[in-house]
Amino acid sequence: MSETTAHMHDDHDHGPASGIMRWITTTNHKDIGTLYLVFALLMFFVGGLMALVIRAELFMPGLQLVEPDFFNQMTTMHALVMIFGAVMPAFVGFANWMVPMMVGAPDMALPRMNNWSFWIIPFAFTMLLLPLVLGIFGIGGGGPASGWTLYPPLSLQTGDAFAFTIFAVHMLGISSIMGAINIIATILNMRAPDMTLLRMPLFVWTWLITAFLLIAVMPVLAGAVTMLLTDRFFGTTFFSAAGGGDPVMFQHIFWFFGHPEVYIMILPAFGIISEIIPTFARKPLFGYTSMVYATASIAFLSFIVWAHHMFTVGMPLGAEIYFMLATMMIAVPTGVKVFNWVTTMWKGAMTFETPMLWAISFVVLFTIGGFSGLMLAIVPVDFQYHDTYFVVAHFHYVLVTGAVFALIAGMYYWIPKWTGYMYNEKLGKWHFWLSTIFVNILFFPQHYLGLAGMPRRIPDYSVQFAEFNMISSIGAFGFGISQLLMVAVIWQCVRGGKKASARVWEGARGLEWTVPSPAPYHTFETPPAIDDSMVAHPDDLAH
Amino acid sequence: MSSLNQQQQKNRKLIRLLVLVSVGMFGFGFAMWPLYNVFCDITGFGGRGVQVAQASSLVTGTSDREVRITFDATVNSALPWDFKPAERQMTVRLGELSNAKYLALNTSNEAIAGHAIYNVTPPEASLYFVKTECFCFTEQLLQQGEAREMPVYFFVKTDLPANITDITLSYTFFRDSSDAGLTLTP
Repeated sequence: MSETTAHMHDDHDHGPASGIMRWITTTNHKDIGTLYLVFALLMFFVGGLMALVIRAELFMPGLQLVEPDFFNQMTTMHALVMIFGAVMPAFVGFANWMVPMMVGAPDMALPRMNNWSFWIIPFAFTMLLLPLVLGIFGIGGGGPASGWTLYPPLSLQTGDAFAFTIFAVHMLGISSIMGAINIIATILNMRAPDMTLLRMPLFVWTWLITAFLLIAVMPVLAGAVTMLLTDRFFGTTFFSAAGGGDPVMFQHIFWFFGHPEVYIMILPAFGIISEIIPTFARKPLFGYTSMVYATASIAFLSFIVWAHHMFTVGMPLGAEIYFMLATMMIAVPTGVKVFNWVTTMWKGAMTFETPMLWAISFVVLFTIGGFSGLMLAIVPVDFQYHDTYFVVAHFHYVLVTGAVFALIAGMYYWIPKWTGYMYNEKLGKWHFWLSTIFVNILFFPQHYLGLAGMPRRIPDYSVQFAEFNMISSIGAFGFGISQLLMVAVIWQCVRGGKKASARVWEGARGLEWTVPSPAPYHTFETPPAIDDSMVAHPDDLAH
Repeated sequence: MSSLNQQQQKNRKLIRLLVLVSVGMFGFGFAMWPLYNVFCDITGFGGRGVQVAQASSLVTGTSDREVRITFDATVNSALPWDFKPAERQMTVRLGELSNAKYLALNTSNEAIAGHAIYNVTPPEASLYFVKTECFCFTEQLLQQGEAREMPVYFFVKTDLPANITDITLSYTFFRDSSDAGLTLTP
């Protein structure tokens, strides 16, 4: 008995080790969360730099700055870096930091695997970025340039970067699957006894559902890129028409992964927003249970709509109509969410601290992205919009002003809990207003470019598109530079400032606000007793 | 301590299940390949409904209904051939055995083997399309500068749905896959 106690003591009572080894060997969910978030921030700027190369080239018609092939590498790598390097790791970072604290667990269910999930990613990105970086210095053929969707036969013509890209995608897939398994195990098995499923914060719910999406579709992507690999190196002809395969089949397999992937990047964002809005409206979330069901419906529907990405490949009319209607059905649960957020704010005692500003901006701008998505779902219209800048505008509204805005909102919301200090509110508000204004200058004109017929993934364009492209590029540089303010805010906040209280926000509810700020290295080593006053969303079925 | 063990056991059980799901989904990615083939066989997609008959005796009577056939030809960029139909279009009676010709010319100064794959549009029509002989059944070897007439014998079944009045038969010639020239390098 005493031996057991001593052992337990040894396991739990010490603080972090010091020096670099703390970060390499850590199994603490807060440390790993921080690693994920810092890595994601770094990749956000790497991917952003690539976007600025794209926008600089598109500032004027004609070819000024880069070779077309390098431009194609930029569009491809920008997408891969932002999706797999910035948005997904950032959400996993939030999950690591917040999920154990929100459900009253001492740590993630599998701390060692957690360490491995993170440390795979820097190696994967070294592989992914290496051909591009070497290419810049004149070594080799540069990075992949076939678009992030890796459609054959074009992707099979990638030079030496091909194998690097495929292996990087494999490693990132393994990391995501391990992370997802860990999150599911934590949520299902590690909750405090009083934390029933329908008492869980919505962020935990959305992540639970996202994790299931991840383990369902990341392996499918792994299968698709494995087939590409064997087509290229081992003489199979899965996607080669000459050998009896079909390149269109790749698109089906890819988008069977790709559409749920879109929701993997937005469902946790819904979760973050559903935490922030009730706090600053000082009202419980309206329709908590309907939010849970809406999230689950969106996840289910995401599996049966994939072919709306490929309406123009030549599908039977029946299939086009089916995929059109199924896609439009997603607007119903998404509408439930938007209305619930608006209703939560209705007659609330609202204040507009920086996280709330970002959250409101998310609701408005994400909805614009949702509506342009509905337009794209209409088959006859999609034939006109397909592969134009309208599509680019659409998915940047849902991914930048959707996923990224939610991440930034969440960062402002929880950073006092992470660092123990309040961030600089004035700088935060500047960051918000500059970003929101510039992001619209950046992406809104792209709708018009698309409607006028400008194709995407092209380094040069007809002079009729010159004005809107110039406006868009100005917005891009404004938005990019504004993000440096975020780094300044984070830097200041880590180093010091006004001490944050445990609750931080007057209207905040949930277990994470019952521990001191900064959150101690170990929290909830014994499960907390929970009553409804501590819970963000009391089970409204019980009342 | 025992509660910790219980926790670990619960975790292990769940993780085993989740790993199994992941592995299963990896397999599902590959299962899409046969599933896709079944889908094509049922719908006639990718020319998959076209039947191959050995003898013209399979013609089961003719009807007076006519259908217009359009012939289309494409050559993969790795193959230095000219390839086109002798006639762009012809009108055939349902059930009647017909003959169309394609013309191929090897414009390079080496002997090259090619293989043609075909497709039928609308896809549903391929279920009623029967070929008795086709240059696409075998590999074609053209010497340098050699030109060849390539015939295809076919008929359209009499029970072709009434809404189909036009059928396109399309061929794409690829360089023979055993040939090193096929390797896709930029």
